[in-house]
Amino acid sequence: MTVKEIFDTMDYGPAPESAAEALAWLVDQGDRFGHFINGAFTDPGDGFESRDPATGEVLATLSQASQADVDAAVAAARAAQGKWEKLGGPGRARYLYALARLLQKHARLFAVLETLDNGKPIREARDIDVPLAQRHFYYHAGMAQLTEEALPGREALGVCGQIVPWNFPLLMLAWKVAPALAMGNTVVLKPAEYTSLTALLFADICRQAGLPKGVVNIVTGDSAVGEMIVGAEVDKIAFTGSTEVGRRIREATAGSGKALTLELGGKSPYIVFDDADIDSAVEGLVDAIWFNQGQVCCAGSRLLVHEPVADLFHARLKARMDKLRIGNPLDKCIDVGAVVDPVQLRQIAGMVEANTAGETYQANIELPAQGCFYRPTLITGLAPSDPLMQEEIFGPVLVSTTFRTPDEAVQLANNTRYGLAATLWTENVNLALDIAPKLAAGVVWVNATNLFDAAAGFGGVRESGFGREGGWEGLSVYTRPKGSGKPLKPITGFAGDGAPADPIDRTAKMYVGGKQARPDGGYSRPVWGRSGALLGHVGMANRKDVRNAVEAAQGAAGWARTSGHLRAQILYYLGENLSARAGEFAHRIDAMTGKRQGAKEVETSIQRLFTYAAWADKYDGQVHGVPIRGVALAMKEPVGIIGALCADEAPLLGLVSVMAPAMAMGNRVVLAASEPFPLAATDFYQVLDTSDVPGGVVNILTGSHAELAPVLAAHLNVDAVWSFSSTDVSVEIERGAAGNLKRTWVNNAVARDWYATDSQSFLEAATEVKNIWVPYGE
Amino acid sequence: METDSLERTAHLPQITEARNPGMELDMNWVRSVQANTSAIERRAATLPGRRSVKKAYQAAWLARAITCIDLTTLSGDDTARRVERLCAKARQPVRADLLAALGLDPITVGAVCVYHDMIAPAVAALEGSGIPVAAVSTGFPAGLSPFHLRLAEIGESVAAGAAEIDIVISRRHVLEGNWQALYDEMRAFRAACGPAHVKAILATGELGTLRNVARASLVCMMAGADFIKTSTGKESVNATLPVSLVMIRAIRAYHEATGYRVGYKPAGGISKAKDALVYLSLMKEELGDRWLRPDLFRFGASSLLGDIERQLEHHVTGAYSAGYRHAMG
Repeated sequence: MTVKEIFDTMDYGPAPESAAEALAWLVDQGDRFGHFINGAFTDPGDGFESRDPATGEVLATLSQASQADVDAAVAAARAAQGKWEKLGGPGRARYLYALARLLQKHARLFAVLETLDNGKPIREARDIDVPLAQRHFYYHAGMAQLTEEALPGREALGVCGQIVPWNFPLLMLAWKVAPALAMGNTVVLKPAEYTSLTALLFADICRQAGLPKGVVNIVTGDSAVGEMIVGAEVDKIAFTGSTEVGRRIREATAGSGKALTLELGGKSPYIVFDDADIDSAVEGLVDAIWFNQGQVCCAGSRLLVHEPVADLFHARLKARMDKLRIGNPLDKCIDVGAVVDPVQLRQIAGMVEANTAGETYQANIELPAQGCFYRPTLITGLAPSDPLMQEEIFGPVLVSTTFRTPDEAVQLANNTRYGLAATLWTENVNLALDIAPKLAAGVVWVNATNLFDAAAGFGGVRESGFGREGGWEGLSVYTRPKGSGKPLKPITGFAGDGAPADPIDRTAKMYVGGKQARPDGGYSRPVWGRSGALLGHVGMANRKDVRNAVEAAQGAAGWARTSGHLRAQILYYLGENLSARAGEFAHRIDAMTGKRQGAKEVETSIQRLFTYAAWADKYDGQVHGVPIRGVALAMKEPVGIIGALCADEAPLLGLVSVMAPAMAMGNRVVLAASEPFPLAATDFYQVLDTSDVPGGVVNILTGSHAELAPVLAAHLNVDAVWSFSSTDVSVEIERGAAGNLKRTWVNNAVARDWYATDSQSFLEAATEVKNIWVPYGE
Repeated sequence: METDSLERTAHLPQITEARNPGMELDMNWVRSVQANTSAIERRAATLPGRRSVKKAYQAAWLARAITCIDLTTLSGDDTARRVERLCAKARQPVRADLLAALGLDPITVGAVCVYHDMIAPAVAALEGSGIPVAAVSTGFPAGLSPFHLRLAEIGESVAAGAAEIDIVISRRHVLEGNWQALYDEMRAFRAACGPAHVKAILATGELGTLRNVARASLVCMMAGADFIKTSTGKESVNATLPVSLVMIRAIRAYHEATGYRVGYKPAGGISKAKDALVYLSLMKEELGDRWLRPDLFRFGASSLLGDIERQLEHHVTGAYSAGYRHAMG
């Protein structure tokens, strides 16, 4: 077009970013890549092609890693780890700083290569992905510097296997590699097969930074390579990807002792109240669901609009959609680029075509003639029961429904198996700060969306996975407490055939919902003392008792909303009432265990109750220093309902040590008492009854740990399962936990010193960090 | 929000718009308006990275920007000859050889903007050019002279030949939340303008919040403003992208509700060609192509033209230009 014509039409015209340098880099590498193992690239092997989704052109040929390649990478990482950790925090910080600087120096090369490989708009790669990746390395260079000072008593996990997705290839690499390296781990990373190129460029950067050999290893290939890493001799798996694959990894690593963090799918709500700045909320959706073609795990993909403004909002949203520009991702003037691969494109189109509910509106804009492009889509008038309101589409498709009241907004928002992120728009600070904590999500954005920073943890609840990336909360998943425990051998009770020790029969039942309940199955078993005297009978809990206990816990949800002060008072009161009966409990423990530790155990239990009473109103959240005018409130929230198999060897202290921190943080618990020595727990019912503990907050079952563990692990309304049982049920629990991806904390048959206080571990396990971003300014 | 309060009026593109007659003051609408500063700032900050025009497109857009300039002189030392010189520049804002190289027909700026006493020489100097003369009025810039004098000033300026009157609102009405007073004042100014188009200067730098900017924009449009304008150029903060976003979203909402298109004029602080491109893309994105023409969009600027001229020469020659190669105004 001539200048004169354009003067009339006022069209934008093309504004392409040059791909020349990125293509030249690929040519320099021979257009073929091997793996990056032990500081060098291997010779390219058999493999697959990496294509530009916008054009279908082949960018390079990549190698499919063999088992030998993965083994070599893990071996290199293992060999390098000790020296890397011993280098110390400040020593590691220098390398991380160098990596950050090099990412900055080659910023445009990374951005263009990312856009070529992934199809995301160059604006996003240039202004969001690459700067955030740099920021992550800078931030964690600082974390490395501060390790010894800020995290005494923690050490690296060892070798971390890391598997990252194709939607943010470099950024997810940074989120995984930076904290791992900062804490003294070494890594074996697998980028997604669609998008491996920036990871290979990062390998090049590692060489330029002089990173010691073996600290970072990168192997390429498909999901088979991922499975090899999961099965390898690594100490941790960190995975970002689909919930389906996350579940398989949970099952595969069950009982292996490998630490695990999963950052999985989502169907994040985007809530608009009637007092919101409507135009800004409409614009926010561009960043929520049309950012990166909607291929974002935390995409605001489920629009919930307040009824009074719903029609207006939808009308303005449709008008806004018609202004989106979709096309060549390298064009600096487009909003929506290419979907990553034809497979994904078919998946998105198939899901939308299969939907018959509601009204579908697709942006009235020009689409490129070829390439993987999908029209921005809005489906209004859906109900929660429609599949597209529940299933993750992972494309530029927004679904919508309306709500009447704030309570209904929360109900709709939380009516999902996922819990990654949530967005809410209101000008009312009371409403915002009331709703944000009620949303089942790891991240909440108020009057903004998709804000990220290295200083604020990112990660989900429910089936969106567990663990956090970023912030102080992101470090605990790359470290562990120093020292190792002794093996825990199975502990059995005594057998006998003597007369009852107490002439009056005392029947210990279950403790469910604040009342004693007979075992559903109607079976009991005897508990014998060392001398063979009959100490009493306890009920044998079965799956229905678990069901009843969890229902009772569900009914006590109000506990989570009580104040820390109130929970502290109740815990102190428990300590007080236990103290009043200290002699009786000590005698009971000695009678069951045949030892003389009872008095000490009771005294320590009282101490423990006081300790967590003290913590109840002091385990504070943080305000993270994120680079916006606003705050990111890292709130510590209870996990929910925690099922715990209590320690066998310390019948009272083991129970109190898991119950008290869980209660202190606002959780409800279903506890399986010490299997061989259950009577201290059953005696404890009366202490609970006399200490103002609301019914359902603490539920106690007696019976076989081996029988109860899989039921608790599989229960979809239980949010976490802990096991300190001497029956090694770690595998069963972690495998069963895959169902709803509940958090697990199992002992893997390693003993714990119950007389030592380890508040940090228990408080951390009893809480989830939710980051609530609140930009402000008038 | 009201969406059907007035009957829609059909407008054909490229034909002079029907003037905004205004409407009853709708306080429900005014009070319901929200403006989230952080979100508005984010949109404003990311827009330049989302939209970019290059090469021939950039040249064409810059030429269009020139046609939307209110070439302005508002100085105590203005003289008739100084204004004549400015008017000569308004008639031929770009060197003829550059326009020829670009393949463009001759263009002019959108208007010449002066104080009342300079209207006569400006009208004379622009005779036959079709370029309107705009006069700042109503006790510009503070707007605190007696109300009857402010109305009289409008009448005199219109009588002197000003086709456009840039009035200043009483900021205190906004700051006091007295929307009725603001509405009545604007109504009176509009009536006094008669056939002349009225631009309402909100002096956004003195309104305290973006919410106030949004509400004042709406009230002025309800009272019949033909244009809403950010600033006098004399406040410490003049046109900004966030303020512009708020005002043009108000224009959009008013158009949705009434069918009338109100114009927008950012003024003060826009001095770079690149800024002009961002403003044009903001208008295009938020309001649409219809608002990219001088009957609905103006830049209040004095030094912007010089930078655009240099950029156009760069486009033609490939070499960066120098200021002295372009005629001064």
